[in-house]
Amino acid sequence: MSDLTTDQLGPGKTPVPELYRSGRAKRARSRAYRLAAYAIGLTLLVAFGLTADWATIGEKYFDLERAKELFPEIVTVAAKNTLIYTVLAFVLGVVLGLSAALLRLSSIRPYRWAAAIYIEIFRGLPALLTIVFVGFITPIALGIRFPEVLGVSSAGIVALGLVAGAYLAETIRAGIEAVPPGQVEAARSLGMTHGQTLRKVVVPQAFRIVVPPLTNELVLLLKDTALLAVLGVTIDQKELTKFGRDAGAQGFNGTPLVVAGLLYLAITIPLTRLVSVLEKRNRVSR
Amino acid sequence: MTTPTPTPAADGHAPAIELRGLRKSFGTNEVLRGIDLAVEARQVVCVIGASGSGKSTLLRCVNRLEEPTGGSVLIGGIDITHPDCDLDLVRRNIGMVFQQFNLFPHLKAIDNVTLAQRQVLGRSASEARQVGLAVLERVGLTEKADAYPAQLSGGQQQRVAIARALAMNPDMMLFDEATSALDPELVGDVLEVMRQLAGEGMTMLVVTHEMGFARRVADHVVFMDEGVICEQGPPEQVLEHPATPRLQQFLEQVLEH
Repeated sequence: MSDLTTDQLGPGKTPVPELYRSGRAKRARSRAYRLAAYAIGLTLLVAFGLTADWATIGEKYFDLERAKELFPEIVTVAAKNTLIYTVLAFVLGVVLGLSAALLRLSSIRPYRWAAAIYIEIFRGLPALLTIVFVGFITPIALGIRFPEVLGVSSAGIVALGLVAGAYLAETIRAGIEAVPPGQVEAARSLGMTHGQTLRKVVVPQAFRIVVPPLTNELVLLLKDTALLAVLGVTIDQKELTKFGRDAGAQGFNGTPLVVAGLLYLAITIPLTRLVSVLEKRNRVSR
Repeated sequence: MTTPTPTPAADGHAPAIELRGLRKSFGTNEVLRGIDLAVEARQVVCVIGASGSGKSTLLRCVNRLEEPTGGSVLIGGIDITHPDCDLDLVRRNIGMVFQQFNLFPHLKAIDNVTLAQRQVLGRSASEARQVGLAVLERVGLTEKADAYPAQLSGGQQQRVAIARALAMNPDMMLFDEATSALDPELVGDVLEVMRQLAGEGMTMLVVTHEMGFARRVADHVVFMDEGVICEQGPPEQVLEHPATPRLQQFLEQVLEH
């Protein structure tokens, strides 16, 4: 902001001609807008503070005694399961996403169609429905039971992996397309095959490009594990949201959900910070 | 597509590179309109011409990075435009250097020069490294082996790119305006490496704007204009005594600078 006039610059500065003096009025106006914004924000906060029933909120949502009872299981079981669901679904999602991205870029038309259909279906369906379909319909349709993997339900992993894969496919495809065509030409001119070129030249560079958006997808996936609460699971398979809801069910107390929320934030905030660090680093090296 | 002409490479008479009636169109735009050209083994042929004259397209057709729409390309007498021809086998013997270097940015210099050796030639890690260090030494960059491309100057990157091609022990090298993207003070080092290669007897097809290089190093200079070879011959003849008005005009424009 360099709307400085002679008055602020002090003596010894060249006076600004009358025509350019309107800078002072603009400065005054932007100051007025800023003060108005502060006033609105403050009013809303105070209004909420005065009208809220703090006693009930404290009792129903911030009950320290109940919060204490949640530990250590909310960490050792629920948060741990949330992380297991997230990591396994992400791994499955990356595998599916990379495959779909490569098929989408294939020169063979039916491959492209198959990938497009997969992507459109699982991006278009609400994740909750996918979870229900996978968790309840496929066991009936195929006559199978989803086994337990690392102590959690593999139905949840498959459902979330399918959804994540559809989103990741588009992200990874964008990354692959961002690799300059000269890279492929250089590799092919050395006699490398199409597959070698993809594996050693294109995909490694594409992943470098998509690390920030990929981390973003990881955060979204972590939050989507909350939807797995609809699956009937054993006590040991509960993730954070299911755990919080069930723990609060007796006496209708929301404290467990608040604690679960804090645990989500404890994981997601460092991750989103990481994303912005990676984005900054990517920008510098380009 | 084309008639198979399985001339055996071993007969020793076939030129290193031979173009027969080569044509290339992009849509309705015909960029190459029937090119006949032969490059003998150990010969250096420079292709000059205004931008848009088709010289880069010609070069890119030689290893079929660009798919010819007519005519044929013979490498050591083998028709590589034949549908049965395994391009990957052909390309490993044809080194190519690009205007924009196209080094692999995620790999160190040494890994740039060893990747294809290992993937394509199946050399062991230690053998590939040995060859890699040797070719980096040839281009004067042994001490940059562990640098990433982004840490190198344009001239150094281009020399690594030359080393990357040389590491495959190619029979011939294609240069596509190898110095055009370089700052003027960095051009000399790259040209020096190319001159050295020519002196060692490498077969080279060079698309260039460097008239000095063409004059001193080329055995044969080809002037292209609007998709055809307009004039060709020894450098003294083509560059000093241009016969056609087009070439006279082109040389005047280039030499003004």
